[in-house]
Amino acid sequence: MNESKGKEDRMFKKLKAGFEGLKAGLARTHNAIMGGVEAAFTGKSREDILESLEESLILSDVGVTASTEIVDKLREVLAGRDEEKLRQHLRDSVYEMLKKVERPLEITSSPFVIMVLGVNGVGKTTTIGKLASRLSSEGRSVVLAAGDTFRAAAIEQLEGWGKRTGCPVIRQAQGGDPGAVVFDAMKAATARRADVVLLDTAGRLHTKANLMEELKKVQRVAGRELPGAPHENLLVLDASTGQNALSQARLFNEAVGVTGIALTKLDGTAKGGIIIAIARELGIPVRFVGVGEKVEDLKEFDAREFAEALI
Amino acid sequence: MGASRAVRRYSYQAKRAMFESLSDKFRKILKDVRGQGTLTESNVQAILKEVRLALLEADVNFTIVKDFVAAVKEKAMGKEVLESLSPGQQFTKIVYDELASLLGGEDAGLDLKGRPSVVMLVGLQGSGKTTTTAKLALHLKKKGRNPYIVPADLFRLAAVLQLKKLASDIRVDCFDSEPYSSPADICREAFRVAGLKGYDILLVDTAGRLHIDDALMTELRSMREILSPSEVLFVADSMTGQDAVNTAKGFNESIGITGVILTKFDGDARGGAALSMRVSTGRPIKFIGTGEKADALEVFHPSRLAGRILDMGDVLTLIEKAQATFDEKQAKELEKKIKRDEFTLEDFKEQLQQIKKLGSLDSILSMVPGFDAIRKSKDISVDEKELVRIEAIINSMTRGERQNPSVLNASRRQRIARGSGTRVQEVNKLMNQYADMRKMMKKLKKAGPMGLKGLFSRMS
Ligand SMILES: Nc1nc2c(ncn2[C@@H]2O[C@H](COP(=O)(O)OP(=O)(O)OP(=O)(O)O)[C@@H](O)[C@H]2O)c(=O)[nH]1
Ligand SMILES: Nc1nc2c(ncn2[C@@H]2O[C@H](COP(=O)(O)OP(=O)(O)OP(=O)(O)O)[C@@H](O)[C@H]2O)c(=O)[nH]1
Ligand SMILES: [Mg+2]
Ligand SMILES: [Mg+2]
Repeated sequence: MNESKGKEDRMFKKLKAGFEGLKAGLARTHNAIMGGVEAAFTGKSREDILESLEESLILSDVGVTASTEIVDKLREVLAGRDEEKLRQHLRDSVYEMLKKVERPLEITSSPFVIMVLGVNGVGKTTTIGKLASRLSSEGRSVVLAAGDTFRAAAIEQLEGWGKRTGCPVIRQAQGGDPGAVVFDAMKAATARRADVVLLDTAGRLHTKANLMEELKKVQRVAGRELPGAPHENLLVLDASTGQNALSQARLFNEAVGVTGIALTKLDGTAKGGIIIAIARELGIPVRFVGVGEKVEDLKEFDAREFAEALI
Repeated sequence: MGASRAVRRYSYQAKRAMFESLSDKFRKILKDVRGQGTLTESNVQAILKEVRLALLEADVNFTIVKDFVAAVKEKAMGKEVLESLSPGQQFTKIVYDELASLLGGEDAGLDLKGRPSVVMLVGLQGSGKTTTTAKLALHLKKKGRNPYIVPADLFRLAAVLQLKKLASDIRVDCFDSEPYSSPADICREAFRVAGLKGYDILLVDTAGRLHIDDALMTELRSMREILSPSEVLFVADSMTGQDAVNTAKGFNESIGITGVILTKFDGDARGGAALSMRVSTGRPIKFIGTGEKADALEVFHPSRLAGRILDMGDVLTLIEKAQATFDEKQAKELEKKIKRDEFTLEDFKEQLQQIKKLGSLDSILSMVPGFDAIRKSKDISVDEKELVRIEAIINSMTRGERQNPSVLNASRRQRIARGSGTRVQEVNKLMNQYADMRKMMKKLKKAGPMGLKGLFSRMS
């Protein structure tokens, strides 16, 4: 490298850094003074309020990037420092974003196959139990398929739900091929003229290539036996999950295409804000929310309610 | 397929590859600082912003991030820039050390006093309690203990059966909970039976519950009273977000936990929740779960997690390990050879053996900053067998060939492939790699006197 040119470059950079520093310093002073003036009247400056709103978004797992963007937008469109007004505006804008993904599940064909997927322990099997109850109470005949042949007693767990909801369960032995279970389930559903098949799958981390391949295979088998199936790939996400839920949604979507989301465990203190980032990036409809462990604890996703609870 | 399938697909991999490791960012911000003596307000500020972002993206709780950043700032300001480390490295070390020290000491172990001693596993729904109960049982059994598994989740469907099956898979005895109608009864009876039959540790699995569920928290307290456990372990999902603070604190305040086990660490979660839980409860993290099988339990290493949270690999451990493994003399020797351009395949083989001493290839690579991201984006799977093959190939060469690989014509290569049980393509690939390596070494040589340290400084 050319010696003197290198030096020049460094000098220039230093100068530039100095100038940037000065600019930032001035801006800070300006803000401090203005903030002080405002605070003298109300105790809380506009920036304080905006900052605390951003904080509450981050604390709800919305994520830094999305939170910053949302609050920057608010900063642009709404003047003043009426805290309640700012807060309400924020809720409204969150609502606007989520309204687009507030699309309830529609059963459009028969048998309609819903494949339920997600990482370990998020609530897939429980959500199936709740859904089975909801759909049968609407007068639909439902078949459950025990596609989790891996986890200990996963089959018996689903059978428990079958008993509770009066829905038949198609199963094979633990350790068997999930594809074979799906094959049986498709046959049984057609023979019985079932309206809906709820297909349970083993929990799997989205980063495990072999397990994602297995899921693709299950999907293929379903489609081969019943053209168009599965009609819904319902991704179950745990509301207490942080930024990783975005990675889950991306990778499951890449592998099999996710057509709906169920957000569970909203009865806890976690807010599930990551759903906003997912909605912004992937636009996947949110179908249901889980609010407990009992059969009735499944509700349709309501964007307004969610936004109100968030902030 | 249905129209609903027309969901916009997203190239996750492209995005992932764009991520820079934090230490890369540090290096960029600080590349002008070398030789200035001290870190200054403005470059420290820029770095702290990156630290804050990295921690929040890793799910460390907002409030804890704030305190952490303030602490790091205090440590870094006005600090002299050491000659031996670049400012980027030095800052990396400050952040990293601070994080590792907050995460707690190495190997907190299990407190197993009392006879039988009791370990209770508690936590939110689906966090991994039942699986971890079996994992702990296997861990203790391997240590020569005689554990007894006690299923006390009567709420979730087939929870008792789940644990029974897991217990029988690992051949550990399991209390028959089915005849009982309350967890308290199970605890009393299991404790009595354990005394009679001479089990030395009771591992009690409990139903998942929310920390805000008063009735269920009261139930846990009464179990606690009956059992007087030496360990109450909070089993938590490593993918947990900001709420980790509330739940860990909630459990700790209402029943008193003695430690944390983080599960599902085999995914790509950065695991910042660990820091949140550690700081908000003051309790140590004892183990991490790294898979669904019963042997997927590891002792917790703060330094590894620190690297993961910061997404910069376990840089320091790598440097330390490298320093410990390559002794000075060997390194000097190697340096000399590189300088004289005498680096032969013989030396290459020796180096490979050194690398093997560092641990499995996979574990070494995962310590390299940013590698996890690269691995994910490129879907690289590290083939441990590759090393073995390379060694076999080199072993099948004559001494003369190793000293002077330019004599390796097609027929010699054929012979080597046969001798090493590999294919000619693999021999060719190795020769190309070797040629590349020599090229790189020549470049290093030009860049000035470089020991191993020089090689590694490129990493942080
Ligand atoms: N509080 C609460 N708990 C839930 C909810 N949904 C599921 N759970 C609980 O979460 C735990 C895990 O649920 P499962 O249905 O077994 O989860 P899964 O995804 O099928 O788990 P794997 O098959 O092991 O991957 C159980 O204890 C459920 O009762 C919910 O909406 N709220
Ligand atoms: N990949 C992975 N999966 C895990 C790990 N630990 C547990 N699991 C899985 O997580 C899911 C839930 O585990 P359980 O042990 O049933 O969780 P739990 O806390 O007992 O659940 P509840 O009793 O319903 O509250 C199962 O699918 C387990 O196989 C782990 O370290 N890695
Ligand atoms: Mg399940
Ligand atoms: Mg359990």
